[in-house]
Amino acid sequence: MNTKQLKQRIAFSIFGTMSFIVVAILVIILGFIVIRGMSAISWEFLTEMPKDGMTKGGIFPAIVGTGCLVLGSMVFAFPIGVLSGIYINEYLTESWLKKFLRMMTNNLAGVPSIVFGLFGMALFVNYLSFGDSIIAGSMTLGLLALPVVIRLTEEALKTVDDNLRLGSYALGATKIQTIQKVVIPIAFPNIMTGLILSIGRVSGETAPILFTVAAYFLPRLPHSLSDQVMALPYHLYVLATSGTNMEESRPMAYGTALVLVSIVLIINVSASLLRRRIQKKVKMN
Amino acid sequence: MTQAEAKNVNVWYDSFQALKDISMTFEPNTVTALIGPSGCGKSTFLRLFNRMNDLIPLFRVEGLVTVNGQNVYSKDIRLDEMRKKVGMVFQKPNPFPKSIFENVAYGLRVNGISNRKEIEETVERSLKQAALWDEVKDSLKKSAMELSGGQQQRLCIARALAVQPKLILMDEPASALDPISTNRIEELIFELKKDYTIIIVTHNLQQAGRISDATAFFYLGELVEFNLTKKIFLNPDNERTQNYITGRFG
Repeated sequence: MNTKQLKQRIAFSIFGTMSFIVVAILVIILGFIVIRGMSAISWEFLTEMPKDGMTKGGIFPAIVGTGCLVLGSMVFAFPIGVLSGIYINEYLTESWLKKFLRMMTNNLAGVPSIVFGLFGMALFVNYLSFGDSIIAGSMTLGLLALPVVIRLTEEALKTVDDNLRLGSYALGATKIQTIQKVVIPIAFPNIMTGLILSIGRVSGETAPILFTVAAYFLPRLPHSLSDQVMALPYHLYVLATSGTNMEESRPMAYGTALVLVSIVLIINVSASLLRRRIQKKVKMN
Repeated sequence: MTQAEAKNVNVWYDSFQALKDISMTFEPNTVTALIGPSGCGKSTFLRLFNRMNDLIPLFRVEGLVTVNGQNVYSKDIRLDEMRKKVGMVFQKPNPFPKSIFENVAYGLRVNGISNRKEIEETVERSLKQAALWDEVKDSLKKSAMELSGGQQQRLCIARALAVQPKLILMDEPASALDPISTNRIEELIFELKKDYTIIIVTHNLQQAGRISDATAFFYLGELVEFNLTKKIFLNPDNERTQNYITGRFG
């Protein structure tokens, strides 16, 4: 083996090792949570209210609460995000306005989530007097998800070949027809994936819900959008740092972490499965 | 009547002048080839007739461009109506990722035709005109993406024919195809001449010689020579045309 080949080998083994380290980190984190949390998982844990100062019982209201918040934030963020993504990519030509909107979207994505929480409290909870409520928490989470949804929508639209747009115009289609009948159907699988990934992101956020909706202990299910709810990430924080009996609630904390991670993983996996399915369908039609 | 005309047309992209005072007329049922080295403005010129250049930032045009006697750059023209009357075939086959049937039906649907029988008849007629019907009649529901490159290009031609244009613009329609597919496209163009007026941009001089009635030689944004194809290839008036035809530059 000459030095050239040797160098190449060494380089590739370093690159390879690095990517395996990434995988190893994920496996270690997951393994750690599964081992510690598995003992807490039971049917009761998933379906009952917490009891005895959150050292016994389940986390059902937190699961329902997170579900409500995710759903609510997406109802808020999907239409706004997807429509503005379409506007930026399809309607704007390369101009200062487009650059400005892009820059602002990127900056919005860079705002720390705790700041979103504070803003949500000021605007939705206090100024608009929603109070600590699902609606206030959902909107705050929605704001957080917006730049991600816009960005991924834009990226999805960018992958559509310009020649297809031109082909459509040449046949006498208007811009809106072209977007509706050619661009969106092609970009749809990728837009969907983006949306689902942003759900994964939102479901794990703690800071935005801290001051806007999350309840420390509320062993009942919400009745309306103006109710407070427990939520998995915040519940995990409570169990790990400020429970009534830290020693006894520790396994419950790991159990909660396991449920939260599983939900996010399931969402991500279903995103890629869904995309593959739709892509096949789009090709067929 | 003249099918299409350009009169003293100048085009700029920002400060760059892409076309300089071009005047040409296109007679019905003829094939006109636009030839010239890359960047000479022939594609820009072609795309004036269905205003595809409008989408390019900083594009500016002066002069008169007409199709069927109508000024296509007139302020009160409806762009989608106008484009319907001008078919276009692109360099790279660009079928939509839909079924073969839906590709051809697309132009009808976006122009408000929803009668199923009418659509089916038009799809069949267009595919026959584009010499593709026999190959796809049993698989109209199949995705257009599964066709070969040559078939895809004929599908794109069928798609253009379906909206019944008078004028068809072709931008190097065979440059991405193998020789056999190219041959089929050329035969097809010859057939289509009976019903349509065709303007074709091509880099392939033999192709221009084989299929066109008239040929225009563009160089650096100028129309150097425009005449019957025979005349251009056998006895051009301009020395630059002579040099280009004989391969001395370009």
